[in-house]
Amino acid sequence: MSVDLEHYLLLGAILFGIGLYLALAKRNLVGVLMGIELMFNAVNLTFVAFSRFVESPNPVDGQVFVVFVITVAAAEAATALALAVLLYRVRDTIDVDRIDLLKW
Amino acid sequence: MRLEADWYDFRDLGNTVGALLEQIDDWGAPDWVPYVVSGLIGVLAILLWGVLSVLAFIWIERRVVGLMQNRIGPNRVGPSGLLQPVADALKLVLKEPITSREADTILFWLAPIVVFIPTLVVFAVIPFGERMVLADLNVGVLFLIAIGSINTIAVFMAGWSSNNKYALMGAMRTIAMLISYELIQVLVLLAAVLFVGSMRLGDIVAWQADYGVWLLFLQPLGLLGYVIAGAVEMNRSPTDIAEAESEIVAGYHTEYGGIKFGFFYQAEYLAGFAIAAVIVTLYMGGWTLWGAEEWVPGWLIFLAKLYGVFFIYIWARGTLPRLRIDQLMAFAWKFLLPLALVNVMVVGGEMLLWQEAELSSGQALPLFGVVNFALALALAGGWAWFLGQLRPDRVAHRAILTQKVGAIYYGEAAADL
Amino acid sequence: MDDTGTVIAFWMLAAITVGAALMVVMVRNLIRAVIFLILSFVGVAGLYITLSADFVAVTQILIYAGAVSVLMLFAIVLTPRGDRGNQETFLRLPALLLALLVAFTLGYVAIDTEWAISDREGFEETASVIGEALLDKYVLPFEIASVLLLVAMLGAIVIVRPESGVDEARE
Repeated sequence: MSVDLEHYLLLGAILFGIGLYLALAKRNLVGVLMGIELMFNAVNLTFVAFSRFVESPNPVDGQVFVVFVITVAAAEAATALALAVLLYRVRDTIDVDRIDLLKW
Repeated sequence: MRLEADWYDFRDLGNTVGALLEQIDDWGAPDWVPYVVSGLIGVLAILLWGVLSVLAFIWIERRVVGLMQNRIGPNRVGPSGLLQPVADALKLVLKEPITSREADTILFWLAPIVVFIPTLVVFAVIPFGERMVLADLNVGVLFLIAIGSINTIAVFMAGWSSNNKYALMGAMRTIAMLISYELIQVLVLLAAVLFVGSMRLGDIVAWQADYGVWLLFLQPLGLLGYVIAGAVEMNRSPTDIAEAESEIVAGYHTEYGGIKFGFFYQAEYLAGFAIAAVIVTLYMGGWTLWGAEEWVPGWLIFLAKLYGVFFIYIWARGTLPRLRIDQLMAFAWKFLLPLALVNVMVVGGEMLLWQEAELSSGQALPLFGVVNFALALALAGGWAWFLGQLRPDRVAHRAILTQKVGAIYYGEAAADL
Repeated sequence: MDDTGTVIAFWMLAAITVGAALMVVMVRNLIRAVIFLILSFVGVAGLYITLSADFVAVTQILIYAGAVSVLMLFAIVLTPRGDRGNQETFLRLPALLLALLVAFTLGYVAIDTEWAISDREGFEETASVIGEALLDKYVLPFEIASVLLLVAMLGAIVIVRPESGVDEARE
């Protein structure tokens, strides 16, 4: 009984699927953001798993990438939540079903 | 540093545990049993020590603060009040656990636990002695900060699930305070790690022992920043704006009673011990005392220093008035943050100078100490003066109601005072 | 990696992470969903530790569980009449199909490919190696990330700052 690269990649795929469902199907904008963060986490897990298991001249590159992804994810979460708060101020709702001014 | 000694060498309790583990190994147990046993012993020791220290310091704090405030403090329960903590604990355990109807039950019950656990986990990386670290992580300093940042979630859970406006406002204020001072903590600890070159707490203690100097002599700005940031992380006076009874009923633990409040209370003391332990480890040499650890056990030295630093926090509580939330935030962002940034730059420059000019440590360290002290005094004093000059129009105005009532009672001339 | 401790740790942490992620989908209260998301973040940090990536694990807890989660909770508190019932939109079935399709494709590719597995042991210490890489090979993305963080911080402040016209009109 051992744990290999495939286990981590499969786990990452499952988390990515759950995150994608959250991002596409939730009504609240913060719910959508939760899905996006979960997708980031799945991708990070895949990167770190590759950094640990795969033959490479510079195995730590995967973890450096993860540091960058975490940084960008934090910046993106801040901006997205600021937009959510502003959207609430302007439209009095953050239900994505009702923010449909651009619909034809 | 010291060769492996016999099991009865209580100068380092790790010797006893090490001998026990070797004995278990000799009995032919599988490989993972020594790990589990040493982990369990460490956890139980930290838990026992933490709880006993909290009990002792409940009495010590109330007596000392009472004496500072020119009153006696608890002296009824037992000889000169020594059983007061036992009485407090019994009271908290025997109270009825009330949960308000609209409160979010699961979060309400979970919040005290999530507050308590990080303060205990912090002790896992702190070296109490040479071989008395539960988990000497390579990223020890970062681990301390990360576990401290979980406190914000716990505070939010407590404030939100109480379904109480005072609790929510107190929680928001506490979170704002905590994240501001977390930034200061990170920058200050970064400067300390720059000097030592490693984030492992055992290495930091070893560096201070090898060079024979405590980091507080080399980084006074850092110590200032960390002592203040630590006081805020502990939610103690003079920075307990979010939970003071005279300000906001009790902030985020308004709705908590009984043993749940006991958890918050204990977590506050344990957080105080954790911050004091970090200050002792990073800035005051940890369990070393310039060679005295040959005779006195290292963990006794460490505990003495820890209790000394915590006594200074008790002293601050008894002496200083409480700061308002806007004063606290302004202090963090306008005063401490620029100082911490300048500290990082200066320390980085000094490390570069040390390596490039190939100075010996006997020349470099006194120079750095003197320069840092002078810089700390100049910067702290100068920047505080400068910030004070920026608000010349702060004239205290009397409240309007007082003005009008005073005018009615004392005549129109009194309305302009 | 086939020592018992790592295997047990992996399965427990994987169960916690996936279980918490599923609860984020299914629970009917938005605040509890965020709490389960935090649990999922902590689970992923544990998985990083099983992969001997200690610096990344601690950074994950510090930033995700300590800061991004607090941001999300604040956003929920500041949008009071938002939909806090954590319901799905009318597009939930197509979204579910797409998510399952994507997960299945990724999983199939992951299992089917012949990865070039090396028999390296885990890293001894990643913090110094990551630090050297950040300042040696990846210094340009490092600096750009700093600028990005500064811009995001300023942008968030400017977006949320109340204009003197808007708030007076609302009151």
